[in-house]
Amino acid sequence: MAELAWREALNQALSEEMERDANVFLMGEEVARYDGAYKVSQGLLAKFGSARVVDTPISELGFAGIGVGAAMVGLRPVIEMMTWNFAILAMDQIVNNAAKVRQMSGGQLRCPIVFRGPNGAGGRLAAQHSQALEANYAHFPGLKVVAPSTPAEAKGLLKSSIRDDNPVIFLEAELLYGVKGEVPEGELLLPLGKAALKREGDDCTLITWGRMYYHVEEAAKQLEAEGIHVDLLDLRTLKPLDEEAILASVRKTNRAVIVEEGWSFCGVGAQISDTIQSQAFDALDAPVQRVAGLDVNRSYAAVLEHAAEVNPARVVAAVKKVLYREEG
Amino acid sequence: MATEIQLPALSPTMKEGKILKWLKKEGDQVSSGDAIAEVETDKSNLEVEAYDDGVLLKILVPAGEVAEVGAPIAFVGKKGEVVNVSAAAPKKAAEPPAAEAAKPAAAQAPKPAAAPAPPPPAPAAPKAPAVSVPARSSPPAQVVQLRPEPAAEGRLRASPLAKRMAQEAGVNLGAVQGSGPQGRIVKRDIQAAMSEPQAVRPVPYVPGVRAEPDVLPLSSMRKVIAQRMAEVKPGVPHFYLTIDVDMEAVLAIREEAKAAELKVSVNDFIVKAAALALSKVPKVNVSLQGDRVLQFHTQDVGIAVAIEDGLITPVIRDADRKSLGTIAAEAKELAERARRKALKPEEYTGGSVTVSNLGMFGVDAFIAVINPPQASILAVGAVADRVVARGGQPVVRKMMTVTFSGDHRIVDGALGAQYLQELKALLEHPVRLLF
Repeated sequence: MAELAWREALNQALSEEMERDANVFLMGEEVARYDGAYKVSQGLLAKFGSARVVDTPISELGFAGIGVGAAMVGLRPVIEMMTWNFAILAMDQIVNNAAKVRQMSGGQLRCPIVFRGPNGAGGRLAAQHSQALEANYAHFPGLKVVAPSTPAEAKGLLKSSIRDDNPVIFLEAELLYGVKGEVPEGELLLPLGKAALKREGDDCTLITWGRMYYHVEEAAKQLEAEGIHVDLLDLRTLKPLDEEAILASVRKTNRAVIVEEGWSFCGVGAQISDTIQSQAFDALDAPVQRVAGLDVNRSYAAVLEHAAEVNPARVVAAVKKVLYREEG
Repeated sequence: MATEIQLPALSPTMKEGKILKWLKKEGDQVSSGDAIAEVETDKSNLEVEAYDDGVLLKILVPAGEVAEVGAPIAFVGKKGEVVNVSAAAPKKAAEPPAAEAAKPAAAQAPKPAAAPAPPPPAPAAPKAPAVSVPARSSPPAQVVQLRPEPAAEGRLRASPLAKRMAQEAGVNLGAVQGSGPQGRIVKRDIQAAMSEPQAVRPVPYVPGVRAEPDVLPLSSMRKVIAQRMAEVKPGVPHFYLTIDVDMEAVLAIREEAKAAELKVSVNDFIVKAAALALSKVPKVNVSLQGDRVLQFHTQDVGIAVAIEDGLITPVIRDADRKSLGTIAAEAKELAERARRKALKPEEYTGGSVTVSNLGMFGVDAFIAVINPPQASILAVGAVADRVVARGGQPVVRKMMTVTFSGDHRIVDGALGAQYLQELKALLEHPVRLLF
């Protein structure tokens, strides 16, 4: 098994899928001649040529639309957004066309497209470039939303996303591109909509996804040292949501803490919390707790940025709260 | 402008209250909701809460004194504000001269209630202090229960999981002490309760919607009967029926329960039987209210509890639907709080029948006085060995005598007799009390 960085795992996924299916192509800002703003597409131009690795002008709405049109006529575009903050400009194409065309055409048209790029904070990038936007996309019917945490899962899920016949929002993270992890050799496909139970314990269910997985894992380690054992559920896909895995774990532990990078208000955690209270009410021994970004725009100042973001200590405190072991 | 705090009616029957203790001093800052005084009423000791924010300017009724309901007991206002008690508190129109006599002292002395007690010429004067005034339109003080018990609060706090676990395990949530925030009962509390062998584990009683009583007019015959009876025996015209009950079967069950570490008293059996008999003979489950009869659809049974200086009758609601274990736990808890005078008014009102048991004092039989507005009471004597005839032979059996007192205005002898028959049958064949 090879140890790969996230960006290498994504590169493998793109390369393998482009080799496998001539309809797959990559398009976005600086993906070709610059080898990608974060070097995810390194070497792909040389390998597949400028017809399949396409540099675009700085025009998110324009190239998102080109991608949607290409998907409608049978290609499988992968659209790289330099960050999801910039994709806000492309919302109309993503929401009004990609998400709706299959249903509005009565199934005559499909839109097998992947929009991918870094989501969330990158560290001192200030308010406009630090947003975790998954709740926005998860809101719309017709979109699938994927947010992996490890290189292997990033690879396996990106490959499955490219092969999916629906538009997929694939959320990466600037702070993850250099993170390394074991990636199995050979074909690696992971199903969309399936969460992974990464730790097992009876005391509490910790639910998270994406980069927050690393904070939650750190918190789980600290809790373990105090004799508190948690189920750590890494959702990997936010939509469709693996309700079965969530409910099975909460029914076992009777408590849940949901951790997300984005803001709490109308966050994905609110939806998960609703799933739990409506379907596992009688299993709950404590109100569901959420740990999320504070409801304020991200500051450029490091101290203020850290004060507003999720950290392992906040996760530990929330777990103790649902266990009625609050300190002080 | 200083606001007066009036003595609120802390129980439905309260006419006056004795200030046991002031919890705030003159000059103390008070906030709305603060308990400011502890008051002894005819039933319980309760706290009076401040309604306004401000400074406690003046205490009108010192500790140890009695005030009428509605009388001002203190003033709250801005710091340094001067309270003119005589101006603020005009005397009652019908007030005897006693109040007049005491008023000058009240106006000058900071503690007007220290004024002498009403002189002999006014024997009818209320025990209220001299500054007693009619209730004004100022907002009434709020009432809070003294020493609230987590289990006795209107709402029992338990996590959904704890509720489910308790139901499955037959743990009485009311008997479990919650360890979560605000006394919430959580998983670990149920686990602890389940691991205690002596914990009472009755079949859980799930309260549903309690049916309201029907308000029925008195028939013209009933009206005449009520009128005649009240003429002959003014007040509540009682009549009495006595029956002997063989208690061997109840005692046998009680012994078995005891061996299984389930604590239930003979009285708990009687309470349950009294409730079930009410549902069998619903015409006894009534209460006369003026010229109307309340026909209850819920079987609530009072239990007379002797307390220091008197007695009180907390009511076990829906006793027909509760298991013996639940009744036992509830009766114990109510009696305990009754002795501490910590019952809430709604806990000792309502119901149609009371069980008064003097068996523990060795009393064989007695006649009890009805606790109005209930329509009947059961006077229960001791369970004792007595020689009785069985199959033509004298045998020794555990016997108990029960005397039923009925309100003859709405209950007749034949009806009372039917009720006693049911009660006797339930106690002599107690299998129906177990489910």
